[in-house]
Parts: sequence; C-alpha cells; structure tokens
Amino acid sequence: MEPRSVAASEAPPFLLDRRQAVPALIGRHEDFLIVTGLAGTAKDIAALTEDGSHAYTMAGAMGGAAAMGLGLALAQPKRRVLVVTGDGELLMNVGTLATIAILNPPNLSILCVDNGHYGETGNQKSHTALGVQLDRMAAGAGIGVIRTVNTEADIAEAAQTLRAHNATAFVLLRVKDGPPASFRRNMSAAACRERFRGALLGRGSSGRPPHG
Amino acid sequence: MVREKRVQAGSSIAEPAATVALTPSWQDELYDLLRQHGVTEFAYVPDAGHRVLIDRSLADPGAHSVALTTEEEGVALLAGADLGGARGVLLMQSSGVGNCINMLSLVKGGRFPFLTLVSMRGDFGEGNPWQFPMGQAVQPVLEAMGVICLRVERREEVLPTVAAALTMVFQSGYAVAVLLTQKLIGAKQF
Repeated sequence: MEPRSVAASEAPPFLLDRRQAVPALIGRHEDFLIVTGLAGTAKDIAALTEDGSHAYTMAGAMGGAAAMGLGLALAQPKRRVLVVTGDGELLMNVGTLATIAILNPPNLSILCVDNGHYGETGNQKSHTALGVQLDRMAAGAGIGVIRTVNTEADIAEAAQTLRAHNATAFVLLRVKDGPPASFRRNMSAAACRERFRGALLGRGSSGRPPHG
Repeated sequence: MVREKRVQAGSSIAEPAATVALTPSWQDELYDLLRQHGVTEFAYVPDAGHRVLIDRSLADPGAHSVALTTEEEGVALLAGADLGGARGVLLMQSSGVGNCINMLSLVKGGRFPFLTLVSMRGDFGEGNPWQFPMGQAVQPVLEAMGVICLRVERREEVLPTVAAALTMVFQSGYAVAVLLTQKLIGAKQF
C-alpha cells in the first residue's frame, strides 16, 4: 500500500513545465553564481547558462547542493548566490535548511524545483508527491522569506524574491512530471571547479598547481 | 556526544577538568595557526575535543562559524567556500567521518582542497563500546576516498602536523585529515 499523508490530498496539483518556469523565475542568470544538485536541476541550469562558468552543476554528491551554495555565499558576500536543487536532492540533507537558517546569509537564495519524482532513477514518486511540503519544512527551519509557485501567476513575485537582498530566500517551484531541458555539459567536477574559480577569481587561482 | 567533558589520558576521575584548564592551551595556538594561514570558515558538529576552536570561531568577527546538522554538509560547504576563494576546516568527531563518505566524491572528483580535524573516539582507552566500529574505521575509509591521514599523539606534534596539513591542502591542493587521537586529547570518562 502506498503511504500517503493527509496533506497530499489537500495540495494543489503539479502544473507548470520546468522548461519554461525555471528560466522565467531566474531571469538574467548572469546576475547569479549558481550551484545545482544533480540530474534535473543540473540540466535545467546547464541549458539556461549554456554550461556557463558561473554555474557549478553536479552529477553526484547528492544532498550537497544547498550546503555548497552556503559556503559560496559566505565566501562571496558581495555576489548573489543561487542554489537550484530538486525535491529528492534537498530531502537527502533537509537539515541543511536549518544550517542555513541560523546564519541567514542575505545573498543566498534557494530554488527547489519540485516535480514529486526521482526522475533519474525510474521516476519513482518522491515524498513530496505523497504530501511532504518542503516550503513548510523551510519555514520550520526558520528561513524567513518563502514563496511557493504553483501557477504562472505566482512567478513574477517569486522571481523578485530570488533577487531580494535582505535575507536568505527559499522558493518552492512545483512542476509537473516531465523532462528537464537538454544540454550536453562538461561532467568533470575538477574541470568545472577550475573553470568556475578562473572566471570568478581570475587567472592563477583556478586550480591545483602542477605537481613537483 | 555534544560538549562532553573529557579528562586527560592517565588522570584519575578524582582530578577532572581543573587539571586540564591549568595546562597551556594547544587548542588556542592551533586556532591562531589556522587563522594565520587564512582559514576563515569553521564548520562543525560540536564535539568536546573541538570546544576551544568552536568557541574561538564564534567569538571571531573575521571568521564564519558554521554549526552543521550532519558532517557531510561541511564537506560540501568547504567545497563551496573554495569555489568562492575562501579557506575552511571541518571539525568533527570520528563518528562524523562515516557521515561524510559519499560527499567526499565531490572532493576527490573535483580535486577540491579539503582539511578536516578529527577528534578520535573508539581509540586509545575508549570506555564506550559503541564508539569502536566507526573509530577504528576512520583511517581506512578516509584513505579509500583519497583523504591523507596524519595522526597526532603528542601535544608537541599538533602544530607541526597541522602546519604540514595546511601546506598539503592549500598549496598542493590535496585532502588531508588530521586525527587528534585519544592519547592526545584523553579518553572520556564513564
């Protein structure tokens, strides 16, 4: 028997297409330093930025995106940092919402693209399809600015929230089950690190020095 | 596990923390060494063995003191700090090492510099049998994920070992764990 919480029957349906909603929410992506989780959100952002050097997209280390974004936000207080993660990726280390909330860096925003499924592994339902509400978990953690996007009418205000500068913001984007944008990206974690650091910090700071 | 009081190895239960407080603090010297090397991000799940470093980072306006809910967050956090050009250290107990293993894929695959100080349990003189499985596995599992382990057993070895680790991590770009053994920090008394 499938587990199901009371909240699942009360939740609005998943309507939006991520391929339109993610770009609409982020807008000018060059304004952000971006860290993504693996799978769907990595593809969303690789396509949006054309695998840009201001985005660090993962293909493993599941559960690390929000913490990685926090580290980047603390290190770069003058830059706006955007974490783009999925429901499954965030659920794996949902405690990171608490870690972030108590520090509340004002230059950090989290966009959770919630499709209610583990899209990379056979499309099994995730906890959020069964009633778990990540926006409420973020609120419970103490994140002060939270928006939930269910329809196109919610996008404009949430897009502004991602760019606000007074507190850490959390936007839950609920999308229907369906493929992310397609883009062939560099899958080398080391090459992407050097690319990111080189673009942000300049020449000579981009990686491990030659050995010997 | 949080903020447990330790006494030095070999001292009796009858003469507890006061004895420790009178000895010069290598922990304070260690904090100063880390800061001198540009470390600004201090991430931790609290442990008695790291009490001084945690308190110093909380009181330091030039540092970020990041309380984690699980140690693997610290691995990802420090990688993010590196992307932004900052240096950090993960402070954890040996039990926390087990929580980090898959996240170390990021460090190994991404060739991120990574420094952690591990206060050991399940080691010399341990009185809690629950601490042994992870304590004894710390070095093999870290090494399996490409993290070089440096063990410290004596007070006079602390600063030279951490200085060596700082060079290995932030100059050569490797991942290093300094294991602060129970010979150094004492076994918790039960």
